Amino acid sequence: MAGHILLIEDEPNIAEAIRFLLGRDGWQVTVLATGQGAIEQIAVLRPHLVILDLMLPVCSGLQILTDIRAAAATKDLPVLMLTAKGQERDREAAVAAGVSAFMTKPFDNSEMRAAVRALMGAA
Amino acid sequence: MVAALSGSKLRARRIALGLRQGDVAQAAGVSASYLNLIEHNRRRVPQAVLSRLAAALQDTPEAFADGGGAAALDDLRAVALAWPMAELTRADEFAQRFPGWAEAVLAMHQRSLAQEAAIAAVNDRMSHDPHLSASLHEVLSAVASVRSTSVILAETDDLEPEWQARFLRNLDQDSARLAKGAEALVRYLDSGGQIDAQGSMSPQEELEAWASGQDWQIGSADIPSALSAPARDMARALQGDIRVDHAALPEAAFRAALAAHGPDPLAIANALGAAPFAAFRRLAFAKGLGLGLVACDGSGTLVLRRPVAGFSLPRFGAACPLWPLFTALARPMQPIESVVEVGAASPNAPRFILRGFAIASHPAGFGGPELRRAMMLIIPAGAEAGAATATAPALGVGATCRTCQRQACPARREPSILAGATGL
Repeated sequence: MAGHILLIEDEPNIAEAIRFLLGRDGWQVTVLATGQGAIEQIAVLRPHLVILDLMLPVCSGLQILTDIRAAAATKDLPVLMLTAKGQERDREAAVAAGVSAFMTKPFDNSEMRAAVRALMGAA
Repeated sequence: MVAALSGSKLRARRIALGLRQGDVAQAAGVSASYLNLIEHNRRRVPQAVLSRLAAALQDTPEAFADGGGAAALDDLRAVALAWPMAELTRADEFAQRFPGWAEAVLAMHQRSLAQEAAIAAVNDRMSHDPHLSASLHEVLSAVASVRSTSVILAETDDLEPEWQARFLRNLDQDSARLAKGAEALVRYLDSGGQIDAQGSMSPQEELEAWASGQDWQIGSADIPSALSAPARDMARALQGDIRVDHAALPEAAFRAALAAHGPDPLAIANALGAAPFAAFRRLAFAKGLGLGLVACDGSGTLVLRRPVAGFSLPRFGAACPLWPLFTALARPMQPIESVVEVGAASPNAPRFILRGFAIASHPAGFGGPELRRAMMLIIPAGAEAGAATATAPALGVGATCRTCQRQACPARREPSILAGATGL
């Protein structure tokens, strides 16, 4: 399996667990701890998938998603959004903004891996 | 019941005596058309005119006192303004023909207003309570990490020792976070059974409640031990600012500058060589001026609120983006002023002058971040520029989108829970 995933998650231990899980599956995972400069990093790294936490410091996940969909080069880029219970309104906004899929925290590791495989077209 | 109005009583008495309107008007020295307006409660009756009319009707002026009916009629007209389907011009007729119904309408309108205010307060709390939100987020994040990490540890047979050590360390950290977050959550929920009508207070609210009880004359007041330690720290910091403000703007010089410039904090600061924010605080905390103040940090979070009657300030969460406070925040050192009206769009909406100003600072020098703070003085329109402010085009603002009735606002970021309440 080959493919590059950009993970934008401000909780370092969650990010580490996801990086480990997906790394064991053969994906290359780059981690950003804030939303600041995310769009620029996407332009440089050209990932095949973005995993995006909804609640991020500096720049929200929703804003990053909106920017991704607004740019011609990334408008079709798959985006998996991580949300928490009680963020239903934000989830509705993310659907409207064009999110590809959701994963609710706390998530199941096997479901995370399956979702990534599906979004990467490797299911 | 809505008391009978003077005009209606005069009319009833005249008819009972079999007198013509023109004769009574002539005897009282007023025109027949004016008496007609009075009798139909379209004009208030000056005391002198009432005395003459009473004499013409062979009775005492007291017999025709409105007993509060005129005030009730004004209230009824205010209801009609808020509910456009009500016939404004027939409010007096309604009050006279159906006094009980009129009283019921007024009572329901008052109850509706009170309930809107209560809903706004509860919603504000549930939607934006930073303590609840932060505690839940902390717990959920820790649980997510623990769940994912523990499954990795349990199900990965060939886990390298380095990864194993790292994940065990993460588990240790997250379990500590979880315990702390859960404890904070339980403490918060426990306090729910003991909170008063105002609800559980943040340190900022504690400070503001105490200051309000002192009419904001807290410069040298004893800080009560009942305040939480963070609230006492905030109170001490504010007292320090107030002392500095008074040293820079002594009472006599401040009052003289106020008389010369009005409630213009920049003009007062410039006149006395003081810092702008010192003048903002001096004006807002000065006894008898009746001005309000909000301050925010670079994130737009309100860090100080000195309320003023008629201008709602949100307890939690983001305020109205149209406030010049936020325009100023984006343009440091530039004074921003707006004439605004608050609440539902209405000819009777209260008006205010809002004056915002922001300062950027670099406390850590060239290598450090830029910090911004902004303040906004809230001046009831009657306190300055009288007629000009009363007629100038005004910007419609609210406290926060969730409780604002201006549905068509271009700055709206989320629906209002008061949607459609008055059809405005």
